[in-house]
Amino acid sequence: MDELITRREVMVVAAGGMALSQAPAHGADRASDASEKQTSDVPVSLRVNGRALTLHVDQRTSLLDALREYAGLTGTKKGCDRGACGACTVHLDGRRVISCLTLASRCQGKDITTIEGLANGDQLHPVQAAFIEHDGLQCGYCTPGQIMSAAALIKEGHAGSDPEIREWMSGNICRCGAYPNIIAAIRHASRGA
Amino acid sequence: MAMIGQPLDRIDGRAKVTGAAKYAAEFRVPNAVHAVLVQSTIAAGSITGFDLKEASDMPGVLAIITPNNAGKLTHPENVPQAVAGPLLQNKDILFNGQHVALVVAETLEQAQSAASAVRLTYTRGEAATSMDAMLGQAYPPKHFRNGARPPDTSRGNADESFATGAVKMDATYVTPIEHHNPMEPHATIAAWDGDRVTVWTATQGISGVQSTLAGQFGIDKANVRAICPYVGAGFGSKGNTWPPATLAALAARTVRRPVKLVLSRSQMYTSNGYRPRTVQKLKIAAAADGALLSMRHDGFSSMSRPSLGEFAEPVALATEMLYACPNVAVTHRLVALNAALPTYMRAPGEASGVYALESAMDEMAVALKMDPIAFRLKNYAETDPHENKPFASKALRACYEQGARAFGWEKRSAEPRSMRDGNILIGWGFATSTYPTNRMPSAVKIRMEKDARVVLQCGTQDIGTGTYTVMTQVAADTLGIPMHHIRFELGDSNMPPGPVSGGSMTVASVSPSVQAACRALLDKIKDRAVAQPGWGGQSRDGLQLRDGQVVGIGQQISLATLLEHGPIEAEAKTQPGDEKKEFSMHAFGAQFAEVRVDPDLGEIRVSRYVGAFDGGNILNAKTARSQLIGGITYGIGMALHEETLVDQETGRIVNTNVAEYLMPVNADVPDIQTIIVPNDDKNSNPLGVKGIGELPMVGVAAAIANAVYHATGVRVRKVPIRIEDVL
Repeated sequence: MDELITRREVMVVAAGGMALSQAPAHGADRASDASEKQTSDVPVSLRVNGRALTLHVDQRTSLLDALREYAGLTGTKKGCDRGACGACTVHLDGRRVISCLTLASRCQGKDITTIEGLANGDQLHPVQAAFIEHDGLQCGYCTPGQIMSAAALIKEGHAGSDPEIREWMSGNICRCGAYPNIIAAIRHASRGA
Repeated sequence: MAMIGQPLDRIDGRAKVTGAAKYAAEFRVPNAVHAVLVQSTIAAGSITGFDLKEASDMPGVLAIITPNNAGKLTHPENVPQAVAGPLLQNKDILFNGQHVALVVAETLEQAQSAASAVRLTYTRGEAATSMDAMLGQAYPPKHFRNGARPPDTSRGNADESFATGAVKMDATYVTPIEHHNPMEPHATIAAWDGDRVTVWTATQGISGVQSTLAGQFGIDKANVRAICPYVGAGFGSKGNTWPPATLAALAARTVRRPVKLVLSRSQMYTSNGYRPRTVQKLKIAAAADGALLSMRHDGFSSMSRPSLGEFAEPVALATEMLYACPNVAVTHRLVALNAALPTYMRAPGEASGVYALESAMDEMAVALKMDPIAFRLKNYAETDPHENKPFASKALRACYEQGARAFGWEKRSAEPRSMRDGNILIGWGFATSTYPTNRMPSAVKIRMEKDARVVLQCGTQDIGTGTYTVMTQVAADTLGIPMHHIRFELGDSNMPPGPVSGGSMTVASVSPSVQAACRALLDKIKDRAVAQPGWGGQSRDGLQLRDGQVVGIGQQISLATLLEHGPIEAEAKTQPGDEKKEFSMHAFGAQFAEVRVDPDLGEIRVSRYVGAFDGGNILNAKTARSQLIGGITYGIGMALHEETLVDQETGRIVNTNVAEYLMPVNADVPDIQTIIVPNDDKNSNPLGVKGIGELPMVGVAAAIANAVYHATGVRVRKVPIRIEDVL
């Protein structure tokens, strides 16, 4: 993600601007440049789950909102919109990224895989199947992010032991507390991967 | 083979691992626009004006709704889940982070941007932000437990008998404000069609949403449809119908288009309740042999301004019933602050209260030089000592025994700081768990299609607990047909009503109606069979359904033939009987924690955990275990991580995000061993279940705090326990 301007950088700039305002109400958490009067229509062509897609987004749109609000791909979840919960994890050119901190307009020509694109047709990805078998989920809301992180870390060779999996999966919060089952699922899936 | 009890995969698993499961904000509603809330930046006072010029000139803005133009909403009567405000009905500011305006725009980005440009002026009032400073002005709750019982009770004379004790303790325990933080933020899409409104909303109670919105907008209940097939957990935060759901409907009515309102994570800290801070004073006295003589538990919990409603954390209820003690007094008091309204959070009352009680019991065991389990057993309550009733069932002794054996408790050396692994201090702690068994009325509709597949419907919810799965298991066993021929549908208020998914009561409440509806369907199938030509001599009760055939004496007919006349439908309603009058109904458990504490750095890690539970009959061993480990994980968070911090100057919560509101992550949670102590409790409800949503988190914080004492010799009387507390 080093070559991309992230939303975190945009927010830092905007937060500085916020301090100048007289009496801001803190409703809009997502700070933005309030002086900007024109809504930009930014065409972004990217491949999502192997399909070419051109989206007309706002220049402020995150990759997460582009997927959910513009492309209708709601499998990727918004938990915190601040890069702290991992629910929005997707693969960008094969690497896992936090889509809420990735600007959609910087994804021109990129190859995105979301939870909807992980299975091979009806054949679930081994991590998806293992999450079902080991009940690595309850409410299911963090699950797409957990699975996208897990699939990537197995590929990266970070699933060698339970402590290693625990450490590498600690960017994905599961409030239902399915962690021991998530570990079991990843351990299981990585053996076959 | 019976399906009930099997460790079956959850039916909704595939939808959840493929991203197909649709949560509230994810429904495609044509022409929908976006609303974003604006919140106050002061904690007390009133709004003197709005400067909306900049915001309303911004691109895409359709409406800015403030108390000046929101229109009047009525407060629904007799709807326990309705929240009085803030609903833009006046200009009073009662807490920091209160909703003061709503911006509606074509896109999410435009609405967020314009919301940040809304300017307010205020006159500031004096805000009460410190619970400790206000403790002297505590007052009794007016509607404790919805008026079901008084806030104070006593038996014997706790104060006089305290003086006679050979061993005594008198200490104060403090628990912080905690936030539920379900991973799915609150979200509602509202769409009006004339005077009918449909809401796709993240809720633990679609029936409550329906009644609340009907009351607020002055329309018939039948004109409100609430839909929620999946909810990204709630833990109590989605039990009430909080203002954002109402405000989404208000916005949709204003702009005459469907409106989607999703809270930001930050807004979740002042929009949908929290577990209030508690201050709990415990006084316990025992005879030299360990027999309890006196217990006093005075509980104070923080509150909003009273005009927003009332919620009292019922911290001392377990103290009344858990131990055989002749003299017990409990009180509950509220401390009003300029804060949002608190609410139920996983194991409301018991999570905070049993933390204090079981910490105090550990202190007593230490003072008595007794093993903590032996001390509990010395005072084991064979019957409910408060209500003077038998327990519907109680397998707590077996929980102690099986948990202790699995944990290896007999190898514990009692002296603090006496167990080490190299330099690291090892602590073993124990606590009891208990939670009431609840049940509410429910109704279920069932239909057997012409292809003999069965659909059941109930307006209940699956908050991640496995409702879809276990109800299908119950139906399969009752009907005697395979699970894959059955579909259980939920999450739509057009279906027959189910209760709020709270209080660990969904299975106890809904499964009896599933069973009854299945039996009613079987009766109708048999009725159809005996109406066949030549079946006149058969009695309905003598017939059996086997392998797709209705079998009578010397005769059989296929279901397919019977269904040629059309599908068969039935409906059933069930409700609790007199069991609460006859029995004291509770689930129980034993919690065992091992902590490792670095004596130089003060770092505390939970390294091993065993929980043994009497949750009654367990319908699905796999999903049940998930709830147990999840509850224990929630308790680990309470013990070591979670605390909402309020700036006392401004009344503003400073850690409104999941990076600074610490919750357990994967690396914080060890292997957890769960033991289910078999106990089919038919006195409580037809399926013999007790509910296991809250039970596993009760006592966890005490077990860990007691382990930290055992490891370090430092008795910390507040949670979360931090590094600096043990250095």
